[in-house]
Amino acid sequence: MNDTEFFVWACAAMLGIAAVLALVRMAIGPTMLNRAVAMDVLAATIVAGLAIEAAYNKHSTTLPILVVVSLVGFVGSVSISRFAARESREDH
Amino acid sequence: MSIESMSGAAVADGLSVACLLLGAFLAMVAAIGLVRFPDLLSRMHAATKPQVLGLILIVIGLGLRLRNPTDVGMLVLIAMFQLLTAPVSAHMLGRTAFRKTPIRKDLLLVDELTPRLEERPDRPDDGPVGGER
Repeated sequence: MNDTEFFVWACAAMLGIAAVLALVRMAIGPTMLNRAVAMDVLAATIVAGLAIEAAYNKHSTTLPILVVVSLVGFVGSVSISRFAARESREDH
Repeated sequence: MSIESMSGAAVADGLSVACLLLGAFLAMVAAIGLVRFPDLLSRMHAATKPQVLGLILIVIGLGLRLRNPTDVGMLVLIAMFQLLTAPVSAHMLGRTAFRKTPIRKDLLLVDELTPRLEERPDRPDDGPVGGER
């Protein structure tokens, strides 16, 4: 394993921990808005993982996917906050 | 000539690795904060780090590695989108959380929204979030 591979695995390990912890927060909630924040972090982690894979293999195939994932994260959290604003208090 | 360009590429690759590592580290730190912090507003404080600084570092790292004008344009687009959309979603989430869910008001240093909400008690509780000026 050379240096570059070591750094890539270090990045992958940190991003894996980040994704697992974001999923933990998404699971335990306690409110829908907490899950939206966790979903934002998970989307940022996915973008980071795709970018690191693209940097390691030096290709630009996944760049449009990066744009799409970041925009989907934005639309998702905005629509969840609008939806939660009109929701009853039962879930909170 | 070729040796110079090779060493330039090596420097760019090294900087790229540093940026990628720092971005991944920020993502991990933010997720730890997301699990450990006590309420939604402080969790949002943690969550914005990978969304803006971490993502921009990762995008810079990828740009330093690809070094192709077309790809760098796309990466600038990603960073711009993120800078434009992160404040909007954070604003809406924070406002909705403040109005609708229990948050730790004892942890706030400055609270400018509660007096404004008390000023206008006629406002329907479940009106549109962005409706207020």
